[in-house]
Amino acid sequence: MREVAVIGVGETQFGELWDKSFRDLGIEAGLRAVQDAGITTENIDAVYVGNMSAGRLIDQEHVSALVADYSGLSDMHLPTTRVEGGGACGALAILQGWAAVASGLHEIVVVGAAEKMTDVGEVKAMEILTATADQEWESVFGATIPGLFAMMARRHMYEYATTREQIASVAVKNHRHGALNPNAQFQKEITLESVLKAPRVAEPLGLFDAAPLSDGAAALVLCPLEKARRFQDTPVRILGSGQASDTVALHDRRDLTTMDATVVAGKRAFHAAQKTPADIQLAEVHDNFTITEIMAIEDLRFVKKGQGGPATEEGQTTLGSRIAVNTSGGLKARGMPVGATGVAQAVEIVRQLRGEGGKRQVQNAEIGLTHTLGGTGATAVVHLFGRVN
Amino acid sequence: MAVPRFWREVSSRYNLIGTKCGSCGTVDFPPRVVCPKCGRRSVGRMQKLKLAGKGTVVSFTIIHDAPEAFELMKPYVLAIVELDEGARVTSQIIDVENEQVKIGMRVESAFRKLGSEGEAGVIHYGYKFRPEM
Repeated sequence: MREVAVIGVGETQFGELWDKSFRDLGIEAGLRAVQDAGITTENIDAVYVGNMSAGRLIDQEHVSALVADYSGLSDMHLPTTRVEGGGACGALAILQGWAAVASGLHEIVVVGAAEKMTDVGEVKAMEILTATADQEWESVFGATIPGLFAMMARRHMYEYATTREQIASVAVKNHRHGALNPNAQFQKEITLESVLKAPRVAEPLGLFDAAPLSDGAAALVLCPLEKARRFQDTPVRILGSGQASDTVALHDRRDLTTMDATVVAGKRAFHAAQKTPADIQLAEVHDNFTITEIMAIEDLRFVKKGQGGPATEEGQTTLGSRIAVNTSGGLKARGMPVGATGVAQAVEIVRQLRGEGGKRQVQNAEIGLTHTLGGTGATAVVHLFGRVN
Repeated sequence: MAVPRFWREVSSRYNLIGTKCGSCGTVDFPPRVVCPKCGRRSVGRMQKLKLAGKGTVVSFTIIHDAPEAFELMKPYVLAIVELDEGARVTSQIIDVENEQVKIGMRVESAFRKLGSEGEAGVIHYGYKFRPEM
């Protein structure tokens, strides 16, 4: 297998982008990544598109060919493939792109991911998200995605004495980081009190524990590491990746407070990269809800099981501490264009490793990690990225 | 949910029919063709099993933001219940004040309306759980 590098990154603004269509977003992110890589469109050999539910959100399937078409690539007749895995689509698309380059199938690959969530109402968008849970044995009984994560939170509080304040401190931290990200949906700090007093969505979680439903897209350009410097002065290497699955229904899991898919995907990625959690300076982890970040930093072994709450409250995961978690603002503040998440996370890590983090730059960032979930954790994907010295 | 899709699962939703693996004895709900514990060895050895419908609350939430079909029920309690036979289910907890529900609480299944389909109002029935009598 060949070593693979990221030579270009691009993303859109994240938010409620009424004036932009799905294809506008995909094209914008893709062209930015191509421009950043210093390649021309003629260099591209294949396109992978992460997208969760264009079929239900904008009534348009077949979006991989569509985005390539409107990016001006139709005459090249490129192979284009859509990848779906709940909220993990983008991270899975990176894995497909990596495999294509590593194996020698393709030389230069564009991995894009996009979601347009605000053309349908909020209630409808939540129902579509809930389709990533088990429709027959969860949703039909009144389960919602916030409700399922709330049951993880309740059990985590019960087993580890995690407090409501500790859980809420994830939102406060991620908004503080998001305030430093010009592409974030929410560039505004919030107080612990406002999180605790926000309207209840699914107890014990409230509105400010939840990531927003967003529009947005992000893209990467991948090529073999040996060719990377022809295009990019500061390529970033994909050090290793891991993907894992678990039961779709939360009630069938071994433990409600641990996502085994995250544990296994993390182990596989660390093993592939020959690294340990202590080697990581920054991570973008899946924080669709506050509790999800707490479980993720435990399951990725950044902190001991049960210590995610206290560690976050003490500031161990904030910018400037031993590990900076969600410097982009995370899904919580950067925004959650669901299927685009994994690629947006990778864009942040690559920028940080290139020293382009601006006001939120992590000092001496050498190795960064992304962690992306589908559903309530039936899919987990972990990627490790490293600076090329 | 489309009527045929609901109808296909009525035996389990009405009568709590699960399966017991003839190889390792693990109980699953809903019925499975292959046992998650012993894989291929279980194929053809999965036996139907009617569950007693008694169990314990493992975790729960009170849902305030509900899907359209559940709008009239909110706020309602949704829980994961571990049945005494070992399988777990997601279901609503009823016949008790929301604030009284606790982890570890004993509950039993009850046959209830779950919802209805569209404006024609085809009713879906199934299990909910209430405090054990």
